[in-house]
Amino acid sequence: MSKKTLIVVGNGMVGHHFLEQFCASPAAADFEIIVFGEEKQLAYDRVHLSEYFGGSSHADLAMGTLEWYTEQGIQLHLNEQVTGINREHRTLETPRGSYRYDELVLATGSYPFVPPIKGNDRPHCLVYRTLDDLDAIRASSEGARTGVVVGGGLLGLEAANALKSLGLEAHVVEFAPRLMPVQLDTDGGALLRHKIEELGVQVHTEKATTAITEGEDARLCMNFSDESFLETDLIVFSAGIRPQDALARASGLEIGERGGIVIDNHCTTSDPHVHAIGECALWEQKIFGLVAPGYTMARTLSSALNGDRETAFTGADMSTKLKLLGVDVGSIGDAHAQTPGARNIRFNDEQAGHYRRMVISEDGKTLLGAILVGDNSHYDTLLQYALNGITLPENPETLILPESQGGAPALGPDALPETASICSCHNVTKGDIFGAIDAGCSDLGSVKAETKASTGCGGCTALLKNVVDSELEKRGVEVSKDLCEHFPYSRQELFHLVKVNGIRTFRTLISQHGKGHGCDICKPAVASILATCWNEHILATDHVPLQDTNDTFMANMQKNGTYSIVPRIPGGEITPDKLIVLGEVAKQYDLYTKITGGQRVDLFGATLSQLPEIWEKLIAAGFETGHAYGKSLRTVKSCVGNTWCRYGVQDSVGMAIRLEDRYKGLRAPHKVKMAVSGCTRECAEAQSKDFGVIATENGWNLYVCGNGGMRPRHADLFATDLSDEELIRTIDRVVMFYVRTADRLQRTSVWMENLEGGLEYLKQVVLEDSLGIGAELEEHMEGIVGTYQCEWKTAVEDPEKRKRFREFVNAPSQSDPVQEWTVERGQRRPVLESA
Amino acid sequence: MKPRTRWEAVCTVEDLVPESGIAVWTEDGPVAVFYLPHRLPALFAISHTDPFSGSNVLARGITGDLKGEPVVASPLYKQHFSLGTGVCLEDDTVRVKTYPVLLDGNQIRLEVRANQRQSVAA
Repeated sequence: MSKKTLIVVGNGMVGHHFLEQFCASPAAADFEIIVFGEEKQLAYDRVHLSEYFGGSSHADLAMGTLEWYTEQGIQLHLNEQVTGINREHRTLETPRGSYRYDELVLATGSYPFVPPIKGNDRPHCLVYRTLDDLDAIRASSEGARTGVVVGGGLLGLEAANALKSLGLEAHVVEFAPRLMPVQLDTDGGALLRHKIEELGVQVHTEKATTAITEGEDARLCMNFSDESFLETDLIVFSAGIRPQDALARASGLEIGERGGIVIDNHCTTSDPHVHAIGECALWEQKIFGLVAPGYTMARTLSSALNGDRETAFTGADMSTKLKLLGVDVGSIGDAHAQTPGARNIRFNDEQAGHYRRMVISEDGKTLLGAILVGDNSHYDTLLQYALNGITLPENPETLILPESQGGAPALGPDALPETASICSCHNVTKGDIFGAIDAGCSDLGSVKAETKASTGCGGCTALLKNVVDSELEKRGVEVSKDLCEHFPYSRQELFHLVKVNGIRTFRTLISQHGKGHGCDICKPAVASILATCWNEHILATDHVPLQDTNDTFMANMQKNGTYSIVPRIPGGEITPDKLIVLGEVAKQYDLYTKITGGQRVDLFGATLSQLPEIWEKLIAAGFETGHAYGKSLRTVKSCVGNTWCRYGVQDSVGMAIRLEDRYKGLRAPHKVKMAVSGCTRECAEAQSKDFGVIATENGWNLYVCGNGGMRPRHADLFATDLSDEELIRTIDRVVMFYVRTADRLQRTSVWMENLEGGLEYLKQVVLEDSLGIGAELEEHMEGIVGTYQCEWKTAVEDPEKRKRFREFVNAPSQSDPVQEWTVERGQRRPVLESA
Repeated sequence: MKPRTRWEAVCTVEDLVPESGIAVWTEDGPVAVFYLPHRLPALFAISHTDPFSGSNVLARGITGDLKGEPVVASPLYKQHFSLGTGVCLEDDTVRVKTYPVLLDGNQIRLEVRANQRQSVAA
């Protein structure tokens, strides 16, 4: 059987996508494929066109390669315009010849609409659509100072960005009263305008251009209907698109009243052998000027040509997420609340420049649409609610409120159903991503290569990463939940074994529940569990060999084998006398001295044998160990609070000291940091801590599970307006629940994210006592508070324990030969050559 | 020719810490001595110097076993060194010196190669 011929007219993003889909389908074997492209270049990414002025080349923007076309056996005719279609004989004409087709696909796209204004054909009046257009704009910008974009929509603002990156003073002229009238409402448009003007782009709304004439100070003059004018060196029309349907029209295909090639649900035109996809196609009186619906049409047509009549084009989601001139703009679904009964929730922070609007159904259960300006971080979550019809939470406003005002955290990847569409450009669902991981993809890159997710507009990049990471993490955890080769248990399981069986030593635990002799993973983990359960001195004979060196010597080892010392300074409050002692000790032992981020003083460079001597002096002056070496409470940072500050509403220092004294020494799966701020100005940065307390007029707001460091996370608001006693009881419970259930080396932030049910679940357990363990947690905490001892005080008083601090047990006067020093900025620091 | 060695007394049993290490100064420099009472042999001696940092810290690492091999983990960058062979488990091109060790009455003795310069007096 001889092959049939399929001709595709148009080699843009949608045309290319169709070829990718079709060539991978069984029907491809039955067809010779010929492609005609009017432009010189292979299909390229028009969505990111303005990057062309930012240094991207055609190669960067290209969708495919010539090699690919060759491999697929596609005859590619670039720079060859189709001039006519003869549907009766199924041929089409170009200046170079005549070609016969069996099936014809029109993917001719659109052209920029140039308003019928007198003078719009003058030199330096340009459009913004193709790479050739961009080259023309670049040429025109030579010697130009100002440029005007006609049209304040999505493409217009992109064009303004392009002018700006060419170094021109850019103006945007819009006929409507606001920018992006299709996607935004009045408030959103106003905010966007404000932000864009701040970036130096001047915006003129409600301007109807009547004529373009020769300018006096510039090349051109735009005359407006209100008799005002604007002089400019070049004009770019970007006032919308029109379907490129001339060829179809001339061949007698059915065309919509206002243009567009009429198609059915399978993307077939009024002629069963002619099909149309993308911006040239009109489906149910609608033109889709975005890439994602075009891709959907391409897939639908490919299926139809393979005999699949089930797959149908049923319209498309027109939600968009963009960064226009660096400003986030998002528009989802029914953004203008046109659904009968729809209600609005708006959040407008003019100070921060954030506007968010949710359109919800009459029953308040589903999200119909949304508008975002200034911050798109809520977009992914809102889009998932809208696209998947996920039932809204009881207080839907939390979805757009800032987290500090009780806003809910983003919809985690786990909350999405497997049918949820993650990438709408390539129609990749969460289930498809799982499938790719099942098939062996083990990182983001391979998932992208396998599924093509996030290779279209790129809007789903962050969400995709979340889904992939979360799933990989989950699978990673599943394969090895064992602590190490010695214990086939997680930390939480070991905690229960220790607690329930009253096990007090590592040796007992490993002989009863593990194998071998232990290692540097399980020993410190078990030491921490034993300390939490029984609170015995960490240098008790049974526990000494379990500790990391920092715990063993109750100081932090530095790279040259010396240690640093951090005495506790609760709440960062210190008397001058104590400060003088720190200075004297540092001076006597020549210790490099630095203020820490946690409002304490770190003294570096003490040798092992100096540690007990130094601590004797510090203890005599009233200092206690600061546990900087332990997986335990570090500091409770505070601002000065209402005792001095004119804004403070509570005694933040007093509370910080009280908290620090209560929780000091408690061994935890990882370090724990706290802070107390005396008012909402938050000078103590409490929201970056595991436990953050912020004073209110009525008491304290508690935030939990924040994190600085490598993966910063804002703490979540947990409870509001607590009294002193309520605050402490709540922290007691959360701390103990964390200590009992977290994994080894798991900070509170990750712990909470991994708790099934997350923040809400934690609230139920702690605030509503849903597990009935509240009293037990508090009692456990009381027990630990009651048995606190300063580990250093106990150690310096015990000659046996002090023996451990001998550098060389047989040569007390021998100094460590590798510890060489130099002086920098007036202080001593190590010189360290590799041995 | 066998190099000249001698059994140097470095410390007593009381100085040892069960399941852990201590550092001693020898003619050959700093050496870490480990006492693992639940195995046989129970005594191990390796160089105290961590080859990755050049610092004298190995006696302060956590001991244990990996696949049955007695090891110490460097307290600085956590590489594991076999107490028997001195080989680094993460990078077998790196190896720390090991010393024969024995219990002589109450004394712990190491066999150290007499260092030319330091053994002049011996």
